[in-house]
Amino acid sequence: MSAIEIKDLHVAIGDKPIVKGLSLTIKQGEVHAIMGPNGTGKSTFSKAIAGHPDYTITQGDVLIDGQSILALEPDERARAGIFLAFQYPCEIPGVSIANFIRAAMQARLKDGEELDATGYYKQLYAQMDSLKIDRKFTSRAVNDGFSGGEKKRCEILQMAMLKPRFAFMDETDSGLDIDALRIVSEGIEHMRGADLGILLITHYQRLLNHIVPDFVHVMYDGRIVKSGDKSLALELEAKGYDWVKTELAAS
Amino acid sequence: MKPPSEPEATPAAPAPVNPLAGLDQSVSDFSYDVKYDYDAGTGLTPATIDYISSVKKEAAWIREFRHHALKVFESKPLPTHWATKDLETLDFSKIRYYLSQGAQKPKRTWEEVPDDIKKTFERLGVPEHERKFLAGVDAQFDSESAYSSIKEVVAKQGVIFMNSTEALREHPDLFRKWFGKVIPTSDNKFSALNSAVFSGGSFIYVPPGVKVAHPLQAYFRINAENFGQFERTLIIVDEGAELTYMEGCTAPKFSTSTLHSAVVELVAMKDAKIQYITVQNWAPNVYNLVTKRGLAHENAEIKWIDCNIGSHLTMKYPGVVLKGRKARGEVVSIALANDGQHQDTGAKMIHLADETTSTIISKSISVGQGRSTYRGIVRIPKHLKGCKNNTECDALLINTNSRTDTYPAITVQGQTHAAQHEASVSKVSEEMIFYMQQRGLTEAQAMSLAVNGFVNDLVRQFPMEYSVELKRLIDLEMEGSVG
Repeated sequence: MSAIEIKDLHVAIGDKPIVKGLSLTIKQGEVHAIMGPNGTGKSTFSKAIAGHPDYTITQGDVLIDGQSILALEPDERARAGIFLAFQYPCEIPGVSIANFIRAAMQARLKDGEELDATGYYKQLYAQMDSLKIDRKFTSRAVNDGFSGGEKKRCEILQMAMLKPRFAFMDETDSGLDIDALRIVSEGIEHMRGADLGILLITHYQRLLNHIVPDFVHVMYDGRIVKSGDKSLALELEAKGYDWVKTELAAS
Repeated sequence: MKPPSEPEATPAAPAPVNPLAGLDQSVSDFSYDVKYDYDAGTGLTPATIDYISSVKKEAAWIREFRHHALKVFESKPLPTHWATKDLETLDFSKIRYYLSQGAQKPKRTWEEVPDDIKKTFERLGVPEHERKFLAGVDAQFDSESAYSSIKEVVAKQGVIFMNSTEALREHPDLFRKWFGKVIPTSDNKFSALNSAVFSGGSFIYVPPGVKVAHPLQAYFRINAENFGQFERTLIIVDEGAELTYMEGCTAPKFSTSTLHSAVVELVAMKDAKIQYITVQNWAPNVYNLVTKRGLAHENAEIKWIDCNIGSHLTMKYPGVVLKGRKARGEVVSIALANDGQHQDTGAKMIHLADETTSTIISKSISVGQGRSTYRGIVRIPKHLKGCKNNTECDALLINTNSRTDTYPAITVQGQTHAAQHEASVSKVSEEMIFYMQQRGLTEAQAMSLAVNGFVNDLVRQFPMEYSVELKRLIDLEMEGSVG
């Protein structure tokens, strides 16, 4: 079983430190949730792990099975098994979903190997059916003119096809109505299993009603300040983030 | 080549840092030291014309035509009042205007072809039997083996398809009737130059009512001479007939010279249809200055599909003169300007009859310090009724140093016409690249996917084998453009 180990991570955007010493280990098969108020570095941390060029890791390390991934390019990290479900997925005009996912899967094959087209479409259609995505979608350009819910479902579809080992899901619940939230959550639940470690980044408890996490962490001012099980999320929902702040100030 | 005369904007910023510094930009630029049987020497004088005409054993009228054209060429200034000043670096006295190996085989061998060129052919998927020819080691492309069946079919239909030099000898009356009529010698400096020293190119005549099912390719009739710089192509499609013609290929073009100036004239008679497809991938030192125009009679349709990649400077504005009622003209163009390259392309639509329709769709991609310019002329005069034009220009910039300009000149007079113009400029953003990289694509793969997406709707209009090669070519171009 593999694990991704985040050790004392410090991340800055320009000169500004955002993440200030975050440590967390996610094993395959586990579902973690990180909650916290806006601006505490939740998105920054996940993008830094994926290798976004605007985010500088100033201290600490990220390891998969003991090997640091910090020297790897974003695409190498992706192929090593890291998937980031974006809060605001990018539009790629003119590139169909089918071709995009196919290119991404092709990129995972060895030189000279060709993806089997028939098998690919079979798999794609099966995943689309389970996510209740219309098959006409395959010929639409990636995220181009999609509604918020469509974009999020498209992220989950990519995740289902690419089969990462570790998925960082950045506010996947934001912008979804109740039905879309249910479909997306079911999709994630469906993928949940021994081969996948998940980190859910969210403001709200409601996503965690659908996907019950094994661990809940509270992030504040660039650090994890409290960890617990699913009851922590409920407690947080009841008492609000101020409770954490006060507790933190008292210690 | 007479686009509008808007002044060029002067670049405001100081010379930007070359993002591609240190990269070998000359990968597709290769040539051999060759001894030619016929060589008109450097420089252009009446003696050069006589030399060419004698070698080709031409009739007196064509020799006269050439001499006259030389005078026109000399009398015309370079069009730098609207075009790039870069043209001034052309030294006409140092150019060789006619080289031919005659009937003999080239003396170079496949072993002498640089390895990277062989690799490029392989990666573009150029068929084995075409590679040697494209690399300039085979003088004559072996058309018999690959395309003989198509050739037989078109010959049975009465289609004439030959080198323009042969056509001048074998079909002088037909040739003379249309030659220089769509693009007169005096059209512009480079059409005059071509008229003076032209050599090679194709001649096609399709008889009335004949619909040529397969696209004809320049490959068929090409030989060492056709690789010359001054091709002259004349295509006449008679009443109700149809033809698709393809020239060029995505492979880097073997070239012995830096100035290429072709003239292509198309004539579509009543109810005829012509589709002319060009894909060119020039070496980065080439000046490619081309005049292309079609004449569409009543209810005829002429469509130019044009893809320009490579070269140092390309100036090309395919046009359609809509002479007959209900004639239709269309230009679909894709240009990719990489570092150190300038693609100055566009279209001309001259409406001369009622209910004529024209469409221009242009997409350009500027990479690194590459520069692309769209220039267009659309003219619908007051006395006509019910004409339509639709112009669409989209530019994609990759890298902050690249540049794009658009000069659409659309003149519509009268009350019953409809004209539409849309233009857009977009950029491949860092976020888009990161998004794709996060899915496992390398930076270069992400770039080419973005570019392929941008031109996707136009590439679909190319014949299948071209669109596949085009996609691979874009991949190759993008690969070199990311550090």
